Amino acid sequence: MSLLKGGKVVADTFVDASAAEAIPEAGAVIVSLEQWQKHRDALLARGTPIGLRLHSDQSPELIADDVPKLALIALEFPKFRDGRAYSYARLLRERYGFKGELRAVGDVLLEQLFFMLRVGFDALDVQQSPDPVAAFQTAISDFSVWYQPTADGRPTAMQLRHHR
Amino acid sequence: MYRYDEFDAKFVAERAAQFRRQVKRRLAGELTEDQFRPLRLMNGLYLQLHAYMLRVNVPYGTLSSKQMRTFAHVARTYDKGFGHFTTRQNIQYNWIKLEEAPDAVKDLASSEITSIQSSGNCVRNITSDQYAGCAKDELADPRIYCELLRQYSFLHPEFSYLPRKFKIAVTGSPNDRAAVAVHDIGLRMHKNEQGEIGFEVLVGGGLGRTPYIGQTIRKWLHPSHLLTYVEAILRVYNMLGRRDNIHKARIKIIVNQMGIDKYRELVDKEFELTKNGQLKVPDEEIARIKAYFAPPKYETLKDIGPELDARRKTDRAFDRWMRGNVVEHKVPGYAIVTVSLKAPGRVPGDITADKMDAVADLADRYSFGEIRVSHRQNLVLTDVKQGDLEQLWRELFALELATPNLGLLSDIICCPGLDYCALANARAIPIAQDISRAFSDIDELQRIGNFTINISGCMNACGHHHVGHIGILGVDKRGEEFFQLTLGGSSDQNASLGDRLGPGLPQAEVPGAIRKIVDTYLEHSEPGERFIDTYRRVGIEPFKASVYGAETAH
Repeated sequence: MSLLKGGKVVADTFVDASAAEAIPEAGAVIVSLEQWQKHRDALLARGTPIGLRLHSDQSPELIADDVPKLALIALEFPKFRDGRAYSYARLLRERYGFKGELRAVGDVLLEQLFFMLRVGFDALDVQQSPDPVAAFQTAISDFSVWYQPTADGRPTAMQLRHHR
Repeated sequence: MYRYDEFDAKFVAERAAQFRRQVKRRLAGELTEDQFRPLRLMNGLYLQLHAYMLRVNVPYGTLSSKQMRTFAHVARTYDKGFGHFTTRQNIQYNWIKLEEAPDAVKDLASSEITSIQSSGNCVRNITSDQYAGCAKDELADPRIYCELLRQYSFLHPEFSYLPRKFKIAVTGSPNDRAAVAVHDIGLRMHKNEQGEIGFEVLVGGGLGRTPYIGQTIRKWLHPSHLLTYVEAILRVYNMLGRRDNIHKARIKIIVNQMGIDKYRELVDKEFELTKNGQLKVPDEEIARIKAYFAPPKYETLKDIGPELDARRKTDRAFDRWMRGNVVEHKVPGYAIVTVSLKAPGRVPGDITADKMDAVADLADRYSFGEIRVSHRQNLVLTDVKQGDLEQLWRELFALELATPNLGLLSDIICCPGLDYCALANARAIPIAQDISRAFSDIDELQRIGNFTINISGCMNACGHHHVGHIGILGVDKRGEEFFQLTLGGSSDQNASLGDRLGPGLPQAEVPGAIRKIVDTYLEHSEPGERFIDTYRRVGIEPFKASVYGAETAH
């Protein structure tokens, strides 16, 4: 697995404790929705960046009010064919104003990167790729025309046609 | 018709190049078949029983003569010299090699044709009325909105991995020829109380193993909100549709489980938050697309009914064709002609490359170079001068494309079935051939009148059997093929699902059973009454008794 951000492989500064028994005492940490709901005040009090990992059946609507307090939200793709997180990503970016790191985790494959970037993901926990940077470059250079206005702000064909 | 501008052309070329790279990665073993499958499906490439099948879009059933010639070229170069038009107004090639698929896709792209999203769990080809823009009963041209939806849906980053496939159809006429009620979203153009044209929106229709007629989710929608409203429907579906069971994943299941009122509430909530956002369609975009669908340069002509009547009196074959395959045009002096792909004993929807070229030539000479595909698997020349009808008929007749059976019993819808399809339980094509041979007397067919027979080789219902006046479903019973009949289905503005007639019949008994159903209809019908109306009036019992005998009828 490699964490891709801005087209580069970067070190993960967060510890993912979402499936762990105990949450580490210090440092940037990613927790599950259950952990967040249970330990919300304590987590906020520790003063470290907090990330939240949501399963594909957990809509971000559940934490809409907490969005400004989170440094990272990780959305799971349990299978690459499960496309719920594409909607969740747009809601987080376009409706709930999430400005932090939006990370795709789980069955994250290069062939879907293009869609993920368009809906607002900026960090990709990519599975099994020999050269993720090269693959990332291919994925983002496949297309130069877009038809849908989404969170990434790329101008659509319709907007360019009418110079809006 | 719509022509690509610089953006569309670039997009489609980029997609063709991407597909070539994906195939290369698959052939090199860099992608597993499981990873490659959704990618090839979203480019219309299926793995069937004997070979790959490539399904190519005909957006809302409209294509140019140039595009038809490209279809012929692809049929000759990459297939066995023929193609099959489908109930989704697409064309399928049955014998494609994976290695050559990128070349076929590239050749199609050069004529502004794509196979993008002709399969996969995404928004499929947008379908419409084959007479759009020309029909006398039309309120407004649906193609403008189909094109808007086509562009909106292509590689939608949010909706490329929906729970299941998603089909949208649009009709601009109150007489629904696009079967909108059996689509995931059906759009019916109509006027509101203020006289403005907008859309009635239906949701949750569909066939397959759990058929439903679509329900009205919104009575009237302003055209500028078309995309925002469709997006709201799609978003709710994408988040809540079932992902655990492929057979329960279509939108119809969730709509019917939670009820239309609850679904509407969720969609309206979403729509209220987004309706005036970036996706709202500006008037200038509607105007831009509308300009492409400006009517062709019609001559100022008068209807020549009496003259044609005189010709029809002297030539019975011409008269049968005029009665069968020619319908009124909204412009005086013109007519709409259906080119039948249903000659007796032929495979419904199949056409050879040579005939594709011939139809393209006829379109250039007689119909402004444009051809339509109907969801009933025929071709249409929409803008023929009435004065040219007889000559056109002679040429179609010579090509065996003039069988005058539009809307009659041998105008059968038929899926590819077990002759090609990996999902099928039974062969559908031989049943269609048997029936069309048994009912090949056109005078008899015209006496019997309007009748639709729809045949599917399995419960996935690609042949729309639930909505045929007679539906025929192929089933497998311990290794043997049987055919289950349903009666009373319809896909028009009064859509209904057929009722099961009784136990499945072996292939050899099907034409005889159809004969008994027809005889029972003729016995019970009132003068001028169509089969479907007689059936709705008298019910299933007399038909049951005639096919299965009195004892098993109850």
